[in-house]
Amino acid sequence: MQNAGLRMIEDRRKERLDRGIKVTTEGIYAISSWQEMGYLLLPRLVLICGILALPLVIPSLYWQRVISIVCIYSLLALGFDFLAHFVGLVSLGGAFFIGTGGYIAAILNTSFGLPPILTIPIATIAGGAICTLLLYPCLPLRGVYFAIVTLMYPLVMARIIEALDVLGGTDGIIGVASFPNRWIEQYGLLLIVIVSLFGLRRLVNEDIGLVFRGVKDNDQAVKASALSINFYKSIAVFIASSLGCLAGAYLAHIYMWSGISQFALDFSIIPIAATVIGGGGTLVGPILGCFILVPISELLRAFGTLRIVFYSLILVAFIVFRSEGIMVYAERKYHQFERWVKV
Amino acid sequence: MSFEPVLQVKDVSKAFGGVQALKDVSFDVHEGEIFGIIGPNGSGKTTLINCITGFIKMDSGKVTFRGRDISRQAPHKIAAMGVTRTFQIMRPYYTLPAYKNLIIPLFSPRARKAGGWRGGGKLGDRDTVCIDILEEIGFERDSFVPYKLASTLPTGYLKRLELARCLALRPEIILCDEVFSGLSMSEIASMVPLIERLQMDGITLIMIEHRLRELFRVSKRVMVLNFGEKLSEGIPEEVMADEEVKRAYLGSEEVEESV
Repeated sequence: MQNAGLRMIEDRRKERLDRGIKVTTEGIYAISSWQEMGYLLLPRLVLICGILALPLVIPSLYWQRVISIVCIYSLLALGFDFLAHFVGLVSLGGAFFIGTGGYIAAILNTSFGLPPILTIPIATIAGGAICTLLLYPCLPLRGVYFAIVTLMYPLVMARIIEALDVLGGTDGIIGVASFPNRWIEQYGLLLIVIVSLFGLRRLVNEDIGLVFRGVKDNDQAVKASALSINFYKSIAVFIASSLGCLAGAYLAHIYMWSGISQFALDFSIIPIAATVIGGGGTLVGPILGCFILVPISELLRAFGTLRIVFYSLILVAFIVFRSEGIMVYAERKYHQFERWVKV
Repeated sequence: MSFEPVLQVKDVSKAFGGVQALKDVSFDVHEGEIFGIIGPNGSGKTTLINCITGFIKMDSGKVTFRGRDISRQAPHKIAAMGVTRTFQIMRPYYTLPAYKNLIIPLFSPRARKAGGWRGGGKLGDRDTVCIDILEEIGFERDSFVPYKLASTLPTGYLKRLELARCLALRPEIILCDEVFSGLSMSEIASMVPLIERLQMDGITLIMIEHRLRELFRVSKRVMVLNFGEKLSEGIPEEVMADEEVKRAYLGSEEVEESV
């Protein structure tokens, strides 16, 4: 009997099947029943409700502030993932975007007395325009060359402010107005992250999104299709840098201060690390990555200077064990089911 | 055939480093004709197309399209005027289904101005336009082929997809870079009437070809390039009778055949 049982086990194998809901073409779903709609809506609802519940379930003010910082990084990571995986521009300009947005908001607030409700939108649009204008000459560059040039901008800006002692010099601009209360601060930011995430997801599947993907995969064919590469690249850079400037403006109002440290390279590097562990090309992944990396970095503060060692170890572990990224893995598993079948 | 040539190429030269890829090439293309460009490998045919369509900047010379100088224009502006091209090495968007490949050219201002697609209209509307174009170019409408990923399509369909991208722009001229190469005899047999139909629709075609027999079936006027220089131009029979052409072009073929 025991032998027979053993053979039973030997003769089975694990079978993986894709769920039938993803039909012939990408982007078209056959929605015919509430189960299928629920199947598609569930992950989105979990994400939205989870994000919105965060300020309620986290009691300590310190960790609520961490959530805000996570959101700042999330917006940068979202922009990075969009540029890198949908337009083919690897941008290290996160710090540049944050700094530009932050300084514009701070100047508008302290010099012109505009409230945050006005400074943030203005900093978003104007900052995006300024960043796009400054990055425009670099758009013909590809891959690592574009990355290096975009890395130069935050360094240069910080040096200019330091050396010329303009915009408050090394002290920065102090006395920026804060938000009326922390609920507005938190929920405003969380809603911005959710709207940006779903907005970008929609955008990349629209026609203009196909053009962006065309620019990434095959720019010669896009040129032959009577479309200007530089024009669409600059639109994409505007979208990503606006997100960054929005985050920067928000940051200036959260800290009630704007200074050179907003050009710090953390803002360029952490979004990339978050994209790597979250899964590039999914847009959700980088946000998830930020929600993992930034709190870990806070927890590790207890280790003092050893922090960076542990941080690196965690990063390496993610890369070794889930090199595709958490979201790519999770999406695949969600769309598959496994069962044991007899051979 | 009108008297004014639709495309006028005058003394176009291009050098890559020390290699003279094109040297003072001139020719005229008339409205509605199929103009063939032939020549041995490395004779500068593709470079010539790249120069005309702006993908490579020419060193000197002038290209005029309907009286307008297009020799220093950006490629997308030239394409927006209706001077379109196919690529010898096919360049589809591999990650997209075949029909979605056409959404990108249809998104261009030229295609939208030409109408046919209302742009961002009702769901399915623009997909229908894409499939209409694909059907025109020989994709079976009621099959799965238009919905397959471009990376899974065989060469024959990819060549057609190249032409479809041009058609989506409502072109006046299509410069075809070896649309017959890499195709089986039966595929070519179905491609020839397609080319003839494009001509009947009023599109001027410039075709680079190595398949001379098929080219001569559709083209009434050809030009021979050799080492970047124009050897001769005229009706196929005349051109092939030329001693210089025989030596440069057919000479090598005879050697191959005798081996």
